[in-house]
Amino acid sequence: MQTEKIFFYLFAAILIIAASMVVTVRHSVRAALFLVLAFFTSAGLWLMLHAEFLAILLVLVYVGAVMVLFLFVVMSVDLDQGRLREGFGRHMPLGLVITGIVIAEMVAILNIDALALTAPETPAYSGSNVEAIGRLMFGEYIYPVEIASVILLVGIIAAISMTLRGRRQSRYISVSEQLAANKRDRLRVVDLRDPPVDPSVTDDPGGGQS
Amino acid sequence: MVTLSDFLVLSAILFTISALGIFINRKNLIILLMCIELMLLAVNTNFLAFSYFLGDLHGQIFVFFVLTVAAAESSIGLAIIVLLMRNRGSINVQDIHELHG
Repeated sequence: MQTEKIFFYLFAAILIIAASMVVTVRHSVRAALFLVLAFFTSAGLWLMLHAEFLAILLVLVYVGAVMVLFLFVVMSVDLDQGRLREGFGRHMPLGLVITGIVIAEMVAILNIDALALTAPETPAYSGSNVEAIGRLMFGEYIYPVEIASVILLVGIIAAISMTLRGRRQSRYISVSEQLAANKRDRLRVVDLRDPPVDPSVTDDPGGGQS
Repeated sequence: MVTLSDFLVLSAILFTISALGIFINRKNLIILLMCIELMLLAVNTNFLAFSYFLGDLHGQIFVFFVLTVAAAESSIGLAIIVLLMRNRGSINVQDIHELHG
């Protein structure tokens, strides 16, 4: 069990270093890359917690989709790094002091004996992790899963409708204009007969040539 | 043996670092979104640690829902950033004072 401890501390050190780099690094692209490292390391820690399905999900969905989206946006917007870092050094000392105090308090609270549980001998489920989660998700939790899918749908619609630029060049049909059209607007009857006679004849639909 | 409190302390440190990130990077919206993602990661690690050490699988289901909502949230946040960048040419939090709050 000593190897488990070694791996835990290795992953924890990498995770904390990556998180510190995310919040302090100058360029947003590098911050996004360190966030990818943090997610990967967390996936390793989640594997140690026997959450295989969620570890894979974290890598696939977060690193594969959300972080790529982050990188895409970070690289496509032109950031003025100088102005965005105003007040960085000014708030740093106070922030570090408060962070230190909070971490010390949390460590003091969380290191009590009641929380020093060791890993259970028997796993909470039999068979694979994916099968156990699937049985819960599509059994007991089927209604929340449906609501989660609706939330994702709302996210899709919101993101698309916010960023969709109205295309000025495309040809489209205005329905109200189309319904308001009548024969008098579209069709004009001109008289091409040689001596123009009195204008009352031109309004006759069968009289002139169009 | 790695105990439950080791994982809890780790996620407490992670959560506090990301809170510090929100505190010191107040101008950059993208870094703020990344800090929120890190906070959610710490919370998820807490859920999974309790789920494993107490032998209860329901914590993992909760992490699944947190991941779902976080993915929707970050996509909408990035859409808002793109919109701000297009309309205003800046994502500085200081420039967003339309509502005069």
